[in-house]
Amino acid sequence: MQLTVWTYEGPPHVGAMRIAASMRGVHFVLHAPQGDTYADLLFTMIERRSTRPPVTYTTFQARDLGSDTAEIFKTACREAVERFRPDAVLVGASCTAELIQDNPGGLAAALNLDIPVVNLELPSYQKKENWGAAETFYRLVRAFAPAPVGVAAARTPGRVCNILGPASLGFRHRDDIVEVRKLVESLGVTINVVAPLGASVADLARLPEADFNIVLYPEIGGVTADWLKRNHGQPFVAIQPIGALATEAFVEAVAKAAGIKAQDIPETRSRLPWYSRSVDSTYLTGKRVFIFGDATHAVAAAHIAAKELGFTVCGLGTYSREFAREVRAAAAEYGVEPLISDDHLAVEDAIISAQPELVLGTQMERHVAKRLRIPCAVISSPVHVQDFPARYSPQMGVEGANVIFDSWVHPLMMGLEEHLLHMFRDDFEFNDTAQPSHLSQGAPAAASAQEEHAAAAGSPLIEVPATLQWADEAERELKKIPFFVRGKARRNTERFASENGLRTITLETLYDAKAHFSR
Amino acid sequence: MNAPANLPGTAADCGPAQPLRQRGQHEVFCGLTSIIWLHRKMQDAFFLVVGSRTCAHLMQSAAGVMIFAEPRFATAVIDERDLAGMADVHEELDKVVAKLLSRRPDIRLLVLVGSCPSEVIKLDLAKAAERQGALHGPAVRFLHYSGSGIETTFTQGEDNFLAALVENLPAEPADAKPSLIIAGALADVVEDQFRRIFEALGLGPISFLPPRSSTALPHVGPNTRLLLAQPFLGEMAKTLERRGARHLMAPFPLGEEGTTAWLKAAADAFGIEPGRFAAITGPGRARAKLAVEKSRPTLEGKRIFFFPDSQLEPAMARFLHRELGCDIVEIGTPFLHRHHLAGEFELLPDNVFVSEGQDVDRQLDRCRAQKPDLVVCGMGLANPLEAEGIATKWSIELVFTPVQGYEQAGDLAELFVRPFARRERLKVSA
Ligand code: SF4
Ligand code: SF4
Repeated sequence: MQLTVWTYEGPPHVGAMRIAASMRGVHFVLHAPQGDTYADLLFTMIERRSTRPPVTYTTFQARDLGSDTAEIFKTACREAVERFRPDAVLVGASCTAELIQDNPGGLAAALNLDIPVVNLELPSYQKKENWGAAETFYRLVRAFAPAPVGVAAARTPGRVCNILGPASLGFRHRDDIVEVRKLVESLGVTINVVAPLGASVADLARLPEADFNIVLYPEIGGVTADWLKRNHGQPFVAIQPIGALATEAFVEAVAKAAGIKAQDIPETRSRLPWYSRSVDSTYLTGKRVFIFGDATHAVAAAHIAAKELGFTVCGLGTYSREFAREVRAAAAEYGVEPLISDDHLAVEDAIISAQPELVLGTQMERHVAKRLRIPCAVISSPVHVQDFPARYSPQMGVEGANVIFDSWVHPLMMGLEEHLLHMFRDDFEFNDTAQPSHLSQGAPAAASAQEEHAAAAGSPLIEVPATLQWADEAERELKKIPFFVRGKARRNTERFASENGLRTITLETLYDAKAHFSR
Repeated sequence: MNAPANLPGTAADCGPAQPLRQRGQHEVFCGLTSIIWLHRKMQDAFFLVVGSRTCAHLMQSAAGVMIFAEPRFATAVIDERDLAGMADVHEELDKVVAKLLSRRPDIRLLVLVGSCPSEVIKLDLAKAAERQGALHGPAVRFLHYSGSGIETTFTQGEDNFLAALVENLPAEPADAKPSLIIAGALADVVEDQFRRIFEALGLGPISFLPPRSSTALPHVGPNTRLLLAQPFLGEMAKTLERRGARHLMAPFPLGEEGTTAWLKAAADAFGIEPGRFAAITGPGRARAKLAVEKSRPTLEGKRIFFFPDSQLEPAMARFLHRELGCDIVEIGTPFLHRHHLAGEFELLPDNVFVSEGQDVDRQLDRCRAQKPDLVVCGMGLANPLEAEGIATKWSIELVFTPVQGYEQAGDLAELFVRPFARRERLKVSA
């Protein structure tokens, strides 16, 4: 029994729903109590889907227990097939129905439906959402692209591929698939089937026609790709094109799998490398970044952060236990302790102790970062309505790298601005009752007016002892500082002086203060 | 009313006396969902669901995905070790409770909430609550109730919670003056308005359930009068009536008419002079009428269809029909407490079409065939219906927004106006 406030993943049947909702002509009959229908709103609200997800819940009640829950399942299944006329029906049980052991697969088989039935075993008390999605996709592919007898023949490189993994409610899958399609087709490679998103069961049956597979999201498509390799001899490309370097590596891997010669590969460059090399980005150097998410996005983020933006990875973790190995390897590369956990409180503690300047995480880490006032960008599921933006916003491929540059750097700019605002907070230039600084600066009368303004506005000016004096030399030096930062310099120096119990500000004091505040 | 004859289950006589009951998929939340407002109402209580990952996921999805502060609810997720008997479930629960209490020393009342899985495995939460009480009492009190989806829909979770809470109310002294309990969670602002009205009427002492603090519990006994502010409190009412309280029948305080009738029921029971009642309620009534009237031009003659959600549907329908001139096409409700709703149905047309429980697919068929002007439904159905060109209002908003009383009557009407106003403004089509 585990104490849980928020969860990174739903139960496995939600993963199964995501596969059903991704595909065309597949209906899912789920043995479940009425409250489990909340899952519909993930699709209709978060993803703004315009149709109900293709799921029928049996919604059995306490009074049905021990008598006719099996009958309720059969009725619901038969009626759903009559009403929705799917090409195939998935059947399974949620956590509660798993306990009553009605065996949806057997019950559906007894109905002698005229369409294929795919039974799902979804162990709710052991597994979670991504596992459920991967398992459901795999069961469907096995059912509709059955393994040929005998040992699969090895394939020679060819220019036809499938893309596996994108699914409903995936983080930016909708846009990634457009970007990756463009990229792959620019190489002269034909895409046979994209699945599960947008595929029908007839499309699944055509999967073996491709020469190789591309696994965009191992959390969902990995098991299926392994199976297709073993049983249909299809190799697969397992590089996810997230970031500029990974996109290049992806292009090479796809070209190799397709038997395309190096000189035929078109230039595929994002703006990220140049933006990152331009001097404006110097301030990104060594920014401490904490990364947490699903394994694919977390590992990719670590590589981009370190190698493409010049950040320092100060924490890396995932909630996907199935992919802990990959995350451990990446963490070792950056010399951080990997965090494999689905306890958001442990993640919060890790963030606090890592003291990052930027958090790249899920919606959960976004909340933590907000509380801690650390800039943050979302890189992974679990998703939120904001993760389905109206604009085109992929994470993969050329445009994906551009989007990543913008969306990770912008919060930092904000951070920088906040930082500046903080430093300038005590300045008369930033006091909205003050006159424009170029009119008032230097004049003693105006200076006292400023103090009055500040006092009236309740501004937390530090108390400067009246005895504090500026030595002439220091005063002259101060005037050499551009006017727009002079106020800050004056105030910081005075604060430094008073904190250190000095009575006279010398040239020395001015530079000691500068050194002190520049850290 | 007006239902096409060819649709199944649309016999003309599906009124409150004989609601249409079709057994099919229910598209409603389970009782756990009430925790989302209960935990905010009672600030020293913590709700610990003993359930599955599904329950935890429901709570976070229904709560609008992760609120900033750590909420005062959590789930003790049962895992395979508990089920396989490798772990003693009660001992596991002890550990979870101990961990929680050490993390949150501010908890005064810890409520163990049963779920479908805990009920199916027959986990005895009464025993667990007693055990925890022995371990951590009296500093922390323990209660338990079921919010499971096999027993409860949505607002019934509050009913079960309040029923558990009132079980332990102290008995009133033998010579107690007549007192009034107002039951059903209301927004604090609404509660304060009602309190001021009751005080002006000189009626009381009064108390509200649930109270804002778990230790501020009223007495109950034969001199206690019970006024329900929410229509979904059947179990709680039964429990209080068993303890001697007398239930004051009234429509619910929605709209000017409902609020007046509701206040009147209390005023009459306490022998308040009609003149005084009129004087005290007069200004509120006038303001409410004025505010509601503004929405009438938009809503008059509009045909409204309710899908089941919170049991507030009949009272909402009555308000829309009586005060805004809407036609009610169907009142779908998850459960129909006929006795508590008698006052509502008296104010509705005799032939109003009522369905109890749900077969969502058949109900959608009826809805599409009827082409209502506005559908009041849950979040799983709203966007799909909008995409079909049907205007919708999320029913959940009616539960989370302060809508009761005179000062909110205009806001309530406005909630139904908004879908129309929005369509009026938008020149883009999807
Ligand atoms: S319906 Fe049952 S299993 Fe589902 S969330 Fe509600 S209590 Fe949990
Ligand atoms: S049925 Fe009668 S006794 Fe029972 S709760 Fe309703 S009003 Fe009270």
